Amino acid sequence: MNIIETKNLVFEYIRRDENGEAEGVTEAVDHVDMQIQQGDFVAVLGHNGSGKSTLAKHFNALLLPTEGTVLVTGKDTSKPENLWDIRKRAGMVFQNPDNQIIGQVVEEDVGFGPENLGVKTSEIWRRVEESLKAVGIYEFRKFSPNKLSGGQKQRVSIAGVIAMHPQCIILDEPTAMLDPNGRKEVIRAIRALNDVENITVILITHYMEEIVHADKVFVMEKGKVVMDGTPREIFSRVEELKKYRLDVPKVTELAYELKKSGVPMPDGILNTEEFVEAFRKATRR
Amino acid sequence: MSLILDHVTYEYGIGSALPVKALDDVSLQIEEGQFVGLIGHTGSGKSTLVQMFNGLLKPTAGNVYFQGKDIHDPEYDRRALRGKVGLVFQYPEHQLFEVTVFKDVCYGPKNLGLSQKEVELRAFEALKMVGLQDEYFYVSPFDLSGGQKRRVAIAGVLAMKPDILVLDEPTAGLDPKGREEILNLVASLREKMGIAIVLVSHSMDDVAEYADKIIVMNHGKKVFDAEPKEVFAHVEDLEAIGLAAPQVTYIMKALKDAGYPVRTDAITIEEAKESILEMLHR
Amino acid sequence: MLRDITLGQYYQTDSILHKLDPRIKLIGTFWFIVALFLVKNFIGYAVALLFLAACIKLSHVPFKFIVKGMKSILILLLITMVFNLVLTPGRELAHLGPIKVTYEGLTIAAKMAIRLTMLIIGSSILTLTTTPSNLTDGMEKLFAPLKVFKVPVHEVAMMMSIALRFIPILLEETDKIMKAQMARAADFESGNLIQRAKSLGALLEPLFLSAFQRALDLAMAMEARCYRGGEGRTKMKPLVYAHRDYAARAIIYLFVIATVVLGRMNIGL
Repeated sequence: MNIIETKNLVFEYIRRDENGEAEGVTEAVDHVDMQIQQGDFVAVLGHNGSGKSTLAKHFNALLLPTEGTVLVTGKDTSKPENLWDIRKRAGMVFQNPDNQIIGQVVEEDVGFGPENLGVKTSEIWRRVEESLKAVGIYEFRKFSPNKLSGGQKQRVSIAGVIAMHPQCIILDEPTAMLDPNGRKEVIRAIRALNDVENITVILITHYMEEIVHADKVFVMEKGKVVMDGTPREIFSRVEELKKYRLDVPKVTELAYELKKSGVPMPDGILNTEEFVEAFRKATRR
Repeated sequence: MSLILDHVTYEYGIGSALPVKALDDVSLQIEEGQFVGLIGHTGSGKSTLVQMFNGLLKPTAGNVYFQGKDIHDPEYDRRALRGKVGLVFQYPEHQLFEVTVFKDVCYGPKNLGLSQKEVELRAFEALKMVGLQDEYFYVSPFDLSGGQKRRVAIAGVLAMKPDILVLDEPTAGLDPKGREEILNLVASLREKMGIAIVLVSHSMDDVAEYADKIIVMNHGKKVFDAEPKEVFAHVEDLEAIGLAAPQVTYIMKALKDAGYPVRTDAITIEEAKESILEMLHR
Repeated sequence: MLRDITLGQYYQTDSILHKLDPRIKLIGTFWFIVALFLVKNFIGYAVALLFLAACIKLSHVPFKFIVKGMKSILILLLITMVFNLVLTPGRELAHLGPIKVTYEGLTIAAKMAIRLTMLIIGSSILTLTTTPSNLTDGMEKLFAPLKVFKVPVHEVAMMMSIALRFIPILLEETDKIMKAQMARAADFESGNLIQRAKSLGALLEPLFLSAFQRALDLAMAMEARCYRGGEGRTKMKPLVYAHRDYAARAIIYLFVIATVVLGRMNIGL
């Protein structure tokens, strides 16, 4: 079943000059058709300004299409009566860890979503405990968010979303402001949610290492989906990725460079073990 | 011309129950025209360290010397020092405030008390140097893209004509191409202007290619201060403090472990490729 | 680090006062302050002091910690005392040149000092034993009846609580921007008033901009998490009176009445 489906989605906004007069129209999302299946781990790649965040905000009805439709669990986001149901089913985590935590204590923040949904008190406590444990920050439940590291804060935000029991979680560049260790913590937590809880994950990012484990990858450029496929298929197209201001992991790039120099390495190498294995095969006489 | 830190310690919360040593007996030297990579994870003390370089923070013990003079001498002009040791903070675009890009870049040199003509000349040069096109000079800095804003912020410090340019995580939050562009810009600044660079980062990959030496910080202490290849040879030690060697180093080590006699001190893709091809052609 | 500042000076420990419902503590503090202003003689102060001492003992907050908080207002206290001491007319006790200390002045100054000190210690016990979020919850519920008059009680409480969370973040940000501008040779310390006000622009403009950005981000995050005002919301930590709260309320009223009755008796002290 498709948990999220966009049909011919267009989002336009009007550019204005200094005097507030309309200068032109920018199509931030340009005729996108996308289907995301329940339980998948989907990555959306693109450089800054490629339209990927604008697209993501449609999945939670924070933005509504100018043209076309977005269906979340079969419900049309443009119908006001669906709004709260959609936001409950499709949770959203944002980039800046400081600007999305509302509570002054970790556990209170995680309880914020369920409180808004009118969940009864004993159930809120159960959900908060379960969510904090799922992302591995239960021990910090009594802390002030200000005392946590960036990676821990982002995991609080994720816990805050899963306490609402969504079917799908959209993460809009959750690691962009984190250090490498924080990035790893968050990605690990996201993968666990997908593997163990079977929550659909849509990860918006420009870090190539983070998409290696995705089931499906979409690459965006100028509001359009320009590439889609498995990570291996995407990473096989090194030159194309570079054209879209993206990168490939170093190990993929080295294999690609060797291939260009005549060593018969396969395309789309994803990690060091694969590299060594492929190198062994390629150089066997 | 060099900057010297002599047994610098910085402690905050002195007198409270839990004083914290953000820097613990750090000595180091930055030479004229040198490219230094300063690596450490969050909380390692690297951000505190760079604020020692231009006197924004005063050591609780130890001394800082610039061009042979103690910068915390009562007579020393620390404002002039900030022009000589330029510090670009993390997310520097957050400090932009003037109505136009050009005016914002003028802010630094103007504070140094230079003549209007000199201020404008320097701002113009700095903006050229960071590769911002003329058409953006007189627009509001808030209308620029993330990468452009960051260039403007760097120009704002460059316009003071520093001898040493210190950049705290200049690539944070940028996309891959944006990261590459900023790193290339930083490398070109040294080449064209001959200034020393201190590049602060979490990532060895960012500094591996250009650094003459790498300083590694952990828990407020300096743990390494050597040439890149020497530092990367200690992969296990780096990992023990939550850091990693450049990704290429790992691939080369794996190849070597699999029985291929390749160079394990290769840092860049280019070096790795050469070493592998050389092995194959032997 | 600026982020470590505990606003309202909450002191983390386990005590009966910490466990009390914040509404009881708010009511108690209010009546305690009212009583202090109604008291006229030293017996009243003695009773109030007894009550305060009991509260301090029960709060498990080290006395030293409470006194530390008093330091900052010591000067204010001294100035008030000196003014009362020398400016009150009446029977002369001693004089130094043109300055005259009177018997009445001494009494008023002493009473003023006692009243202010107790007032401050009393209200700091409230903040020392109650987390800011607990405090806002208490206020929200206490003022809930005002909703009838269209007072946005929930919204105000939510605003207070968000402000409490963001003040340390904005303080840190101020520090960061200030340093960034100082790295561009800005001078926030010297110069005349106009120059200084001008140089503050370089600090305040980026700060406001960032605060607005944070506000926009936060509003979006709250909306994404289904926030739509106080209507239909449940509480993770609902406030429910326990037996100890009723007991505490009885004790508070008893003490307040005793303080006021004894404190207003005409016994010439």
